Amino acid sequence: MDTLLLSRIQFAANISFHILFPTITIALGWLLLWFRLRFNRTGDQAYMDAYFFWVKVFALSFAMGVVSGITMSFQFGTNWPGFMESVGNIAGPLLAYEVLTAFFLEAVFLGIMLFGFRRVSGRVHTLATFLVAFGTTMSAFWILVLNSWMHTPQGYEIRDGVAYATDWLAIVFNPSMPYRLVHVLLASGLTVAFLVAGLSALRWLFGDRGRANMLALRSGLTLGAVLIPLQILAGDLHGLNTLEHQPQKVAAMEGNWETGPRVPLILFAIPDEEARENRFEIGIPGGASLILKHDIDGVVPGLNDFVAEDGTVLHPPVTPLFFAFRIMVGVGFAMLFVAWIGSWMIWRRGDINRPLAYVLVPMALSGWVATLAGWYTTEIGRQPWLVSGVLKTADAVTTVPATSVGITLAAYLLVYAGLIAAYLSVIVALALKAAKAPQQPPSVKDPGIDPDPAMVLGMGR
Amino acid sequence: MTGIDWALALPYIFAALMGVAILVYVILDGFDLGIGILSPFADDAQKDRMVASIGPFWDANETWLVLAVGLLLVAFPVAHGVILTTLYFPVAVLLIGLILRGVAFEFRAKVSLSAKPSWNRMFFAGSLMSALSQGYMLGLYVLGLDTGWAAAGFALLVAVCLAAAYAAIGAAWLIHKTEGELQKRAVTWLRASLGFVALGMAAISLATPLASERIWERWLGFPETLYLAPLPVLTLALFVWLWRLSGRMPLEGDRMNLAPFISLAGIFCLGFAGLAWSFYPYVVPGRITIVEAASATESLAIILVGTLFVLPVITGYSIWAYRIFGGKAVDLRYD
Ligand code: HDD
Ligand code: HEM
Ligand code: HEM
Repeated sequence: MDTLLLSRIQFAANISFHILFPTITIALGWLLLWFRLRFNRTGDQAYMDAYFFWVKVFALSFAMGVVSGITMSFQFGTNWPGFMESVGNIAGPLLAYEVLTAFFLEAVFLGIMLFGFRRVSGRVHTLATFLVAFGTTMSAFWILVLNSWMHTPQGYEIRDGVAYATDWLAIVFNPSMPYRLVHVLLASGLTVAFLVAGLSALRWLFGDRGRANMLALRSGLTLGAVLIPLQILAGDLHGLNTLEHQPQKVAAMEGNWETGPRVPLILFAIPDEEARENRFEIGIPGGASLILKHDIDGVVPGLNDFVAEDGTVLHPPVTPLFFAFRIMVGVGFAMLFVAWIGSWMIWRRGDINRPLAYVLVPMALSGWVATLAGWYTTEIGRQPWLVSGVLKTADAVTTVPATSVGITLAAYLLVYAGLIAAYLSVIVALALKAAKAPQQPPSVKDPGIDPDPAMVLGMGR
Repeated sequence: MTGIDWALALPYIFAALMGVAILVYVILDGFDLGIGILSPFADDAQKDRMVASIGPFWDANETWLVLAVGLLLVAFPVAHGVILTTLYFPVAVLLIGLILRGVAFEFRAKVSLSAKPSWNRMFFAGSLMSALSQGYMLGLYVLGLDTGWAAAGFALLVAVCLAAAYAAIGAAWLIHKTEGELQKRAVTWLRASLGFVALGMAAISLATPLASERIWERWLGFPETLYLAPLPVLTLALFVWLWRLSGRMPLEGDRMNLAPFISLAGIFCLGFAGLAWSFYPYVVPGRITIVEAASATESLAIILVGTLFVLPVITGYSIWAYRIFGGKAVDLRYD
């Protein structure tokens, strides 16, 4: 394997590991704020108990996100020096704003949020929780601006092979940014919804019917039920936007080789890139035309349009895109099904049943699966470009010898495998410990508690 | 009114900002890495107390590294590529070290008692790896990113000394944040590591002028020596003062408990000033200057606006957070 391939695997491994934790922290921060605000308003201890359990998961996820994020910020220099050399004038300020407006905010207020409960007033603690949630969302915003710009660049000009910014508003509000931002934030919400529901269901299976646990279970299921239709809608719009700007990506996602009307929606197939056709194809006639053009006779672009005269393939690899996309959508519909049944049950009967619990527990990680599948669709779909139409991936790679990249890759993989195992076993252990703990109201009167109804939003006084 | 030539001024402003970020990082993350390095010398209860003394701060401290690398990345993209590809392996060691110790904070507090010692070892190993690799990189950098065996040997020496320097400032932090038996131990730790710090600074001060004619001229040319003399003299004075003070610590009524930390920070600043003087105006020593490496003026300008606005705010709320968790460290808890 050469430096290029190894560097790509290394980058993919690092960012895949990294994104697992931001997807959790972004939305979990807001959920914690919600628990905290409900407690401020109602004085109901169950909210604070839910807060104290989930803040542990948050702290652990946050630490994993931070350390893997630090690795990310070095990856550009160690493995992709060509990236900053050619588009650094645009990527640089965006990354700088992420550090300045987001990272410091989260990092400083995290300390107060985690350990300041007894040191600061309820108001300040609520504020710190808010600022941490806000900071994680800001960092998602900036990094997604950059990533979206790499897919749909505009607002720049090229002089001597280097990109210079001409219009910062156009750069920030590039065509795919709003769609990607919404889709990723919703993905984060769903990841957390199912994590919370799944872990609470695990506690439920171990007999924990405490109010804090039922509350978290209900919050998770409801959140999932509300967000998933929105996500499906957002995903559809995102796809239409991609069709406009990166048609070759959509063609690969759909597994559609020939341009034409009445293109079927393929449910299953094995794309054969040599023969340039699908094998074992099962599809709904006209389905893709209907979804992408909202017209059964709509003409949908096919992959054969993206082959040069001399036979050079100009579209991304089909097989990984085709399957990754189906995994994401499949998980999405599974989420819809489960979240709606679960919500219906818990709102109607105030409880769930064992079969549902057995489904919810493995679904705890479904958000991770869909998120990774989605990112693989997006990023592989951009190949062979690193920045669409501006910089090829192969032109940005480092000159470090392949063996060096291979060695560090192996080391990272080893560390990551160990850490994921440790992370999962610790959160499961935390859940089991909480499930077995005797359910009793805490006796101490906390200085951080403000049951005064005037303290709504922690802003009174 | 004479206009400022921004194309010329901005690269220097950014070099200065980057320098400040590195210096702040070395002092702040220095003390929490140092506490990791010292942790095996403490018993279990003391370990908890030591971690408690840095728990609320370490994440923000590390963010200064992200800022420093970020500034290198955004303001000097070419130099960033050259430096990080040359230092490929030490950077990987640094990152893995930071990963291990960063997560160990959380894991050691959440796993069962039987698994805790392994995470304590991770905390130590990760802290030590990070400190050593930083020192190693510093060593290679002062020799102009030379990669021969002699350079590697010198870099190893610097690595050990930087780890000791972090241990020293970590011990100084503990003197400020703890009391009783642990504080007494911290004093001995401080005194044990101080010698290495002096050795490291002396080694760098000797090696840099010997390795480069240009730096020799900068320090030992005639009028310069005179202006520069206060730098080494002041450093030496601080060392002597700190040595004598720490011999009498802890003082009655816990007086001056912050003094060792401040004087070590001062020593770090002086050392840093010396390095800055040696390498100015280069980003990559002897190869790429600040102006050559800088990104486009418009891009730097747009970052500067944000930086000038945000940096004071960051500084403000960081100080506030340190004050909230001021005083002697107590056990950390979420509720
Ligand atoms: C959708 C969101 C998202 C995406 C796509 C990325 N990140 Fe990230 N990152 C976050 C969302 C996030 C976060 C939620 O804001 C984190 C997780 C935990 C935290 O502290 O902040 C974070 C942490 C984090 C940190 C540590 C900050 C600290 O010290 O507090 C760094 C340096 C990076 N990231 C850098 C990157 C780079 C270079 C990326 C891409 C190439 C990247 N992140 C993708
Ligand atoms: C956070 C979720 C992300 C995931 C899971 C992800 C995943 C991937 C994958 C799988 C690849 C390899 C594609 C291939 O080689 O075929 C890749 C490449 C890359 N992505 Fe992403 N990506 C993410 C976000 C980002 C962001 C936010 C940026 C930039 C700011 C980015 C920049 C890059 C770069 C520089 C490469 C390397 C060159 C390449 O192979 O295309 N990615 N990413
Ligand atoms: C079920 C209906 C869904 C549809 C139609 C859909 C559609 C899409 C499309 C078309 C893309 C690629 C956009 C591009 O590369 O330009 C994408 C990416 C992505 N999807 Fe989905 N999606 C769905 C469900 C989900 C779910 C349930 C999740 C996670 C919980 C998810 C997470 C992601 C992520 C993280 C990305 C990559 C970032 C981005 O480009 O937005 N998606 N989705």
